[in-house]
Amino acid sequence: MSKIFAFHGGIHPPENKKQSTRAPIRLAPVPEQLTIPIQQHIGAPAKPCVHVGEQVLKGQMIAEAQGRISVSIHASSSGTITDISPQSVPHPSGLEAPCISIKTDGQDQWIPHQGLADYRSLPPLELINYIRNHGIAGMGGAGFPTDVKLHLGDDHIVNTLIINAAECEPYITADDMLIRERAEQIVGGIEVINYLLNPTHILIGIEDNKAHAIRVLEDALRHTKLNIDIVVVPTKYPSGGEKQLVRLLTGVEVPSGRIPADVGIVCQNIGTVAAINQAVHHGTPLISRIVTVTGGAVGKPQNLEALIGTPINDLLETAQVNHNTLSRLVMGGPMMGFTIEDDAIPIIKTSNCIIAAVKEEMPPAPPSQACIRCGLCEQACPAELLPQQLFWFSKSREFEKAKHHNLFDCIECGACSYVCPSNIPLVQYYRFAKNEIRDEEAEQRKSDQARQRFEARQARLEQAVLDKEIRRKERAAQAAKTQAAKKASSETAAQTPEDNIKQLKTAAAITRTKLKKALSALEAAKADSSDNIAQLDLQYKQAEHAAEEAQKALELAESGIQAPATSVAPDIKQLKTQAAVARTKLKKAQQALKIAEDKGHDGADTLRATVAQLEEKSVAAQLVFANAETDAASSSSSNPLPALKESTDKALGTFKKAEAALETAIANSSPAAEKMKAGVEKLKAKYTEALAAQEAAETLSAPKATEAPAQSFEPQPTARTPADLKALKQNVSIMRTKLKKTETLLASAEADSEQAGELQQEIVRLTQLHKDAKAQLDAEEEGKIKAAAAQGIDLKKLKIDAALARAAVTKLERSIKKAQEAEPAELNALQTELLAAQQQATQFNNTLSQFE
Amino acid sequence: MALIRITSPHVHKPTSTAGIMRLVILATLPGILAMTFFFGWGTLINIVWASALAITFEALCIRARNRPLSFYLRDNSAILTAVLIALALPPFAPWWLTAVAVFVAIVIAKQLYGGIGQNPFNPAMVAYALVLISFPVEMTRWTAPFMLYGEGWNILAFTDTFSLIFGSWVEHADAFTSATPLDEMRHRGGLTTEEAWRASDVLANVGAWHAVSAAYAMGGVLLLYKKIFSWHTPAAFLLSLGGIATFFYIISPDTYADPFFHLTVGGTMLGAFFIATDPVSSATSNKGKIWFGIGIGSLIYIIRTWGNYPDAVAFSILLMNLAAPFIDQYTQPRAYGHKASKRGMKEKI
Amino acid sequence: MSAVLIAILVLLSLAVVFGLVLGFAAVKFKVEGNPIVDQIDDLLPQTQCGQCGHPGCRPYAEAIANGEQINKCPPGGQSTIEALADLLDVEAVPLDAEHGEESIKTVAYIREDECIGCTKCIQACPVDAILGAAKQMHTVIVSECTGCDLCVEPCPVDCIDMLPIETTLNNWKWTPPVPGVELIATDTGRSVAHASSKEGASS
Repeated sequence: MSKIFAFHGGIHPPENKKQSTRAPIRLAPVPEQLTIPIQQHIGAPAKPCVHVGEQVLKGQMIAEAQGRISVSIHASSSGTITDISPQSVPHPSGLEAPCISIKTDGQDQWIPHQGLADYRSLPPLELINYIRNHGIAGMGGAGFPTDVKLHLGDDHIVNTLIINAAECEPYITADDMLIRERAEQIVGGIEVINYLLNPTHILIGIEDNKAHAIRVLEDALRHTKLNIDIVVVPTKYPSGGEKQLVRLLTGVEVPSGRIPADVGIVCQNIGTVAAINQAVHHGTPLISRIVTVTGGAVGKPQNLEALIGTPINDLLETAQVNHNTLSRLVMGGPMMGFTIEDDAIPIIKTSNCIIAAVKEEMPPAPPSQACIRCGLCEQACPAELLPQQLFWFSKSREFEKAKHHNLFDCIECGACSYVCPSNIPLVQYYRFAKNEIRDEEAEQRKSDQARQRFEARQARLEQAVLDKEIRRKERAAQAAKTQAAKKASSETAAQTPEDNIKQLKTAAAITRTKLKKALSALEAAKADSSDNIAQLDLQYKQAEHAAEEAQKALELAESGIQAPATSVAPDIKQLKTQAAVARTKLKKAQQALKIAEDKGHDGADTLRATVAQLEEKSVAAQLVFANAETDAASSSSSNPLPALKESTDKALGTFKKAEAALETAIANSSPAAEKMKAGVEKLKAKYTEALAAQEAAETLSAPKATEAPAQSFEPQPTARTPADLKALKQNVSIMRTKLKKTETLLASAEADSEQAGELQQEIVRLTQLHKDAKAQLDAEEEGKIKAAAAQGIDLKKLKIDAALARAAVTKLERSIKKAQEAEPAELNALQTELLAAQQQATQFNNTLSQFE
Repeated sequence: MALIRITSPHVHKPTSTAGIMRLVILATLPGILAMTFFFGWGTLINIVWASALAITFEALCIRARNRPLSFYLRDNSAILTAVLIALALPPFAPWWLTAVAVFVAIVIAKQLYGGIGQNPFNPAMVAYALVLISFPVEMTRWTAPFMLYGEGWNILAFTDTFSLIFGSWVEHADAFTSATPLDEMRHRGGLTTEEAWRASDVLANVGAWHAVSAAYAMGGVLLLYKKIFSWHTPAAFLLSLGGIATFFYIISPDTYADPFFHLTVGGTMLGAFFIATDPVSSATSNKGKIWFGIGIGSLIYIIRTWGNYPDAVAFSILLMNLAAPFIDQYTQPRAYGHKASKRGMKEKI
Repeated sequence: MSAVLIAILVLLSLAVVFGLVLGFAAVKFKVEGNPIVDQIDDLLPQTQCGQCGHPGCRPYAEAIANGEQINKCPPGGQSTIEALADLLDVEAVPLDAEHGEESIKTVAYIREDECIGCTKCIQACPVDAILGAAKQMHTVIVSECTGCDLCVEPCPVDCIDMLPIETTLNNWKWTPPVPGVELIATDTGRSVAHASSKEGASS
């Protein structure tokens, strides 16, 4: 007889085991519906290998193990797979997890199976794999895959095998009854494990309250050659805890954070041992288990052999449950089990007990009182912790201290809560604290990773900028070289008109610089309000004049070159540059004007005049450019639309800037506002002109586009249409952005109601523009669709457009919501806009559906 | 069917804080009886008076702190504190002395710290120490045990006792009061212990105190048997006090009182079984409780022998209450699976 | 007179000696980098969301080291504020609502059939958690997403959703026990917060 060592603490709750040991183990009826979770064990969930509608036979594998720590799942009875979906599973959270549902056919027809004739002839690795494929996982509570534990012989020296038959939790008698009725299976299972692990001692730990089972076991052990010791331990909860049993039987403690195998011990639950026997000798996978159905609300407490996946309600009915008195349904023992709310939850491999308790049996916990530090918990703790200290730390969220006080050595046995006179739910505090600590650690890991990724990204971006800079420099050097070469060659050649232009340009630039200098001097003088303003003004005007002259000369020269030019394209380019120059000038002048106006100086008027002049010039340049472009569009074969659009956009940009300037001017209530408004109007006109030009061009090109695919499969026109569309779309999106910006501006300006009115008008106008653009886009789209309809292409594009329209609708809706809170006045505008957008969206959707 | 989701465990030992308190109060019965037998009705009257006051103060405080009244009043902790105060005070302590003590214990030492379970010091001992320092005259006037007055059970009549406590103190005072044996021993002047034993009436009647101590010890053993507290604190307390006393007694029996005297007079037994074992203010782990007990025992001897006060249970316990958190930090048990026990509050970096 | 002189001289020489010692120590024991910034950065949640007004967590850590308020980090929430308060030995203050509120943790999901492949979200993501290429559908690497929602705004078709992290059996947590009858007047605020957080958890 082995010596028994004691462990600290422990409690003696009322056993309540007698009720369910009176009747022998009965087979539970096959239920109509089996719900088999694909994860009934610790580790990775098994992967379903059947599909809905498939016929399965009893014992057929329906989900196979994937990953190192995992086991397979088998059909518990024959029938049809009806569903693979999340269902309520036995878990304290009451959450759902993926399950395979089988509608049983009542035949209970086995798949052909047979045990191994001689398992000793198999290499251990194959035998272990065989056990894994038969779905065997620990049946004591945690559900650790058994094959992993049987592998332990490889990298650990296993000298002791402990068979856990302690069954220390009250109420549960499943192992007790298993020993009483099927002791030979246990002996067979132990022999298999012995073959795999080859330990020097085999100990069966059993509590002294199972006298009958001990006798049966002793009888059974006479038939084996193995030297197996039955160690009877005193009844004390939680002697069946793995660590506590190891200490009880061997006097060795499993080091904190390690497994028993690290000290040469492997524990197996007695139910698991029997399941191994069934698998090895009969080829039966783990598809049923013994479940104790007991409790005050059950008419006939007993042990049932239930198929995995049987709803517990079926078992309760078999045991004649009284639903009227049932107040709490517990799966597992009363100390560590969890309550379940749904009695359709299935039995899984680890479900050893179902307690249908009446209220008197498990009364609701009274409200917890203050901890009086009585220390009863400490006397009861089997892990020799300081439960009340852990409680204080968990409660005040001092997790660091809780960890230091060995919180993670807590086995959550519930002994401390059981003895607490103040009814404090200590275990729940510990679980909460453990969760939080694990969570914090996971978050720490995640944030470390995020930091690494962030830093890596930053480094990459910086490197990209550097690389770009280097490339730019290289290019500049290259360009300088070619320039030098060109210069050298052109030096010898006669002065071309281009050179002339160059000179002129330089002259113009110089005069511009002069002009600028004069301007800044004038500014400075004005700021100082010195006397020589008049003089400076004169100087400035002179400079301006010079600049204009220079510019004119330049333009003249340029137009001179332009005339003989054969290609229109470069001409347009130059014109564009010119227009851009004009715009820039205008902008600068406007800025200067603004500054001047802000300062309220007299010189502002002069500046304003300049601005007006420049504006005119800009408009003129733009017009020239636009004309040239239209010419080019009509004459040249190249695609004019993008260019036109660009010009439109630019015009719009100028217009917008001018408007912004105007707004500031209005806001400053300056007298120049009127003039500026006129300028803005001009710009607007110009913009509409550009737009018209664009439209004209588009109508020109559109028929081409629509004709082309019908006539032939020329690639060029078909390629062009999407390009146009893209531009149009860009246009629309720009409008939208603008609209959005103005809206935000409006929102911020809401405080000054004066500006708000203006802005609102602006919004309305922009909305109009947006709509125009949209309509244009739509028209184009329509054309394109017609074109595309012939070939049935571009559905994806359509989809994208639809998505864009939908997004526009949602965005508008959001802004309406915002507006509703802020200002009801603009609501109408927005709402009409929303309607339009919605129409568009539906239109798109309709078109889309037509195609689909 | 409405099923509830609750965390495990689902069964609970039928114990409650109120039940524990009740049991402790019951365990003081032998002591109360002995006190009444030897020192008259005063103790009983004081217990009733102190309990009434304690419940009133407790109720007022709970109400003021906006907490459920009956829930907290039912835990019996206020009554236990009152009983302990009444047992510690002289039997004929005037009513206001008891009132002050109870007020200090319940309001200041307990509720102001956050109520039951939150007090760092034992409330009864805080109250006792306060009144001992504030009202030394009243506190040092004990009743002489009845044996001093002739034959038979000859204590002061109940009504007289009542009027003595609630009426005027001075008229009757001298007739019934005397010093305690510890006072006699402390203020024996140049006499040796042997001479003191012979000279003093009080010391001649020390048997009464022995009897009362024995009665307290009985109650304590009952609580030990019921596992209300572990043996560690009282054993360490009594063994260290006895051990030190023996040591000095062997060195010089003339100068130092014998260990039996130290263990059985004054508040030693009451302190060992009813005060030092108060879980709220004592050390937590078993190892810690032993150090806690040793600390109290040695402090009592030191203060009794060389200090200013004849008895020192209250001061010693309060001092060790102060040290309890410190003791806790350094006496954590070795948890399962660990090689050594941990120290302090945080991992050392 | 000479006594005064001696005193002054002694003090001066002392000052020189200590000055030299301090100067030597400053050179010899110079602290490399700014460890406090690293420590603060360690405590921040590294969502890089910019809700604090700084472009990333490290800049905010630097700002905190230079005396900025510690309550501007909504993703970290009160626990981060407490940890920072603990580290910097200052008073823990409630979260500054101006920078957002502490909300449940979310992860970005791209509605993949609506994605047009513009790569704008990829450019916005501070931790490179979005996978995709131009004109190709994008997707979020959920395990790397910090839930900063910086990718939502740039999306031109609004196809990015911030979805709360789903509770599964693997990340389900026990709720802290509700203290029964320990309410006192000053606790009511906390209890209300507690109740609301409970509601949030149950809904």
